[in-house]
Amino acid sequence: MTHLFFSKSSKWLGLVLGLCFFAVSFLSSIAFGQIPISFRTIVDAFLDFDQNSTEHIIITTTRITRAVIATVIGVSLSIAGALMQALTKNHLASPSIFGINSGAVFFIVLSMSLFSISSLKHYMWVGFLGAGVSAIMVYFLGSLGRDGLSPVKIVLSGAAITALFLSLTQGLLIINGQNLEGVLFWLAGSIAGRTMDMLKPILPFIIGGWIMALFLGHPVNILTSGEDIAKGLGQRTVLVKTLMAVAIIFLAGGSVAVGGSIGFIGLIVPHIVRGLVGNDHKWIIPYCGLFGASLLLLADIVSRFIIMPQEVPIGVMTALIGTPFFISIARRGLR
Amino acid sequence: MNKYILFRNKTGKVSFLFEKKTIVVIIILACLLSVLLIAGLSIGSTMLNPLVVIKHLLNLGNGEHAFIIETLRLPRIILALMAGGALGVSGLIMQGIIRNPLGSPDIIGITGGASFTAVVFITYFADTLGIKWLPLVTIAGAAVISILVYLLSWKKGVTPMRLVLIGIGMAAAMSALTTMVLVTGNEYTTSQAYLWLTGSVYGATWGNVYSMLPWLLIFIPLAIFYSKTVNVQELGDEVAVGLGVKVQLHRFSLLFISVALAGLTVAFAGGIRFVGLIAPHISRKLVGRSFGNLVPVSALVGGLIVSLADIFARTAFLPLDLPAGIFVSGIGAPFFIYLLYREHY
Repeated sequence: MTHLFFSKSSKWLGLVLGLCFFAVSFLSSIAFGQIPISFRTIVDAFLDFDQNSTEHIIITTTRITRAVIATVIGVSLSIAGALMQALTKNHLASPSIFGINSGAVFFIVLSMSLFSISSLKHYMWVGFLGAGVSAIMVYFLGSLGRDGLSPVKIVLSGAAITALFLSLTQGLLIINGQNLEGVLFWLAGSIAGRTMDMLKPILPFIIGGWIMALFLGHPVNILTSGEDIAKGLGQRTVLVKTLMAVAIIFLAGGSVAVGGSIGFIGLIVPHIVRGLVGNDHKWIIPYCGLFGASLLLLADIVSRFIIMPQEVPIGVMTALIGTPFFISIARRGLR
Repeated sequence: MNKYILFRNKTGKVSFLFEKKTIVVIIILACLLSVLLIAGLSIGSTMLNPLVVIKHLLNLGNGEHAFIIETLRLPRIILALMAGGALGVSGLIMQGIIRNPLGSPDIIGITGGASFTAVVFITYFADTLGIKWLPLVTIAGAAVISILVYLLSWKKGVTPMRLVLIGIGMAAAMSALTTMVLVTGNEYTTSQAYLWLTGSVYGATWGNVYSMLPWLLIFIPLAIFYSKTVNVQELGDEVAVGLGVKVQLHRFSLLFISVALAGLTVAFAGGIRFVGLIAPHISRKLVGRSFGNLVPVSALVGGLIVSLADIFARTAFLPLDLPAGIFVSGIGAPFFIYLLYREHY
């Protein structure tokens, strides 16, 4: 595979450039919106906060939270996608395609309506549970049959499980009736109107997932060269796979609990990153984090402008960006 | 004793082979259907004695409950039957083309495309243009999306695998767009459109029935007509070409039939899911793999599923009249997973 950054030093350089790109996206996310804010004001808001300035208040109460949440979700979903693509050896793998998002969403909506749970801490656990259940179902369904876990079969089972959870969620929402609009916006994936407090209980798990993913880079490289080879080299493949699955569930389930179902990020970013650094997961994982965060921040900025003064749910934005990508991968054919 | 009934015209161009077992199955299904019909006409917020209903249907009654039976309940049951039948056949064809038991119009984006256009129409145009244009709009939506899927998967011919993958991608995009329309619309139209999305035959009229029926009478026999080539296509493209089947042409016509049936259902009954997946499965259990036999059986099974779900949905939570689609997927989806597990597809 040809890729852009070949030598080690150029990869470090790329990482630094990616960091700059991310910083610019982060600042832009704070600056652009219905009320444009100059960069100077942003700096002022940090260094010399003025309680009477509306702009300063907007920055500290809404814009920064939003940018931070976009960053966390972008990083998590992209890394989850990269791990899934390595685990299933399938270039179309990503949390949304494999039904993990919709599973988490369904479990959360179910807990809302059955037990009237409304604290985010519970959402989180329920989200993890849902992500885990649907991941196991998809993996299981996809590996039934003679020729085992084939790429097309697993994508199809992902679609079937998604359809299952989607219609169950719809049913619950209709039976409950009230507050449809609020839930809908959340379902479509949204990072607006969240507070830092909502992020706090989830953050330890998500950061745990990031760290696991970073340390898994080397074992994943060995695993992707083939299961037999990995076993021959003395790797405990079951352990590595389990750790990968746990990381995926933490990252994807946690993201859904905070931001609803945001699709396609986990699909697109690993592909772009492989084009930059090749197949070395020690590099893919950190690059995915940076570019995932930047992409989600940019998508979020665009989503504020398309139908001003309303906002497009960010999940819709990422789906619109992601579909052409998905199609081009599907056309190239799966390994 | 001969197990088959053969029908062949003089030139030999049109021929069908029916297993006798299939005919028995069809008769049993038809009996079930009539029981369901009587039950559906009797149960509701006003309970009627089944005997009274039967008398009324045979024109022996005193016309006491004519409004409830003829205007409220009968068209609804018939529409549910037709919707289920159309979905059953549509899914059967799709599974035949794609050679995978998971292929169905709702998985590969056709229902999604039709739903998207329908939601746009309900949200923005229904007030000004009138709801009567909805069927045309959804069929157009289904057609456009499937042409798009077909063209995008074209690369020196269409392979089933590419068709599925691209369909899944388009389905995701369509559901995102649908959500966007729902979120940006006002609250009343949103809940209207959302209700409709889950699939419901609420408020069916004889007008609906009469406008859907001709299409079914065209497309379902057409599906039976094409059954030979599906049987061969299931063996794989190379074998089919070797046996002289024009694979790409037939695949396109079959796809067209399947899409038309799916779009039609969305127009009259909303986005009912999973019937297109389950009905063909059950039918294969009943009568084996021969496509010509499967078409009528799958239509009947699909019809049974949807009308049963609708009767349940409108009576179980009285006075609530819930969309049938909820029950179809609530019961159908787990059952479907069980089927897949059992069959090791």
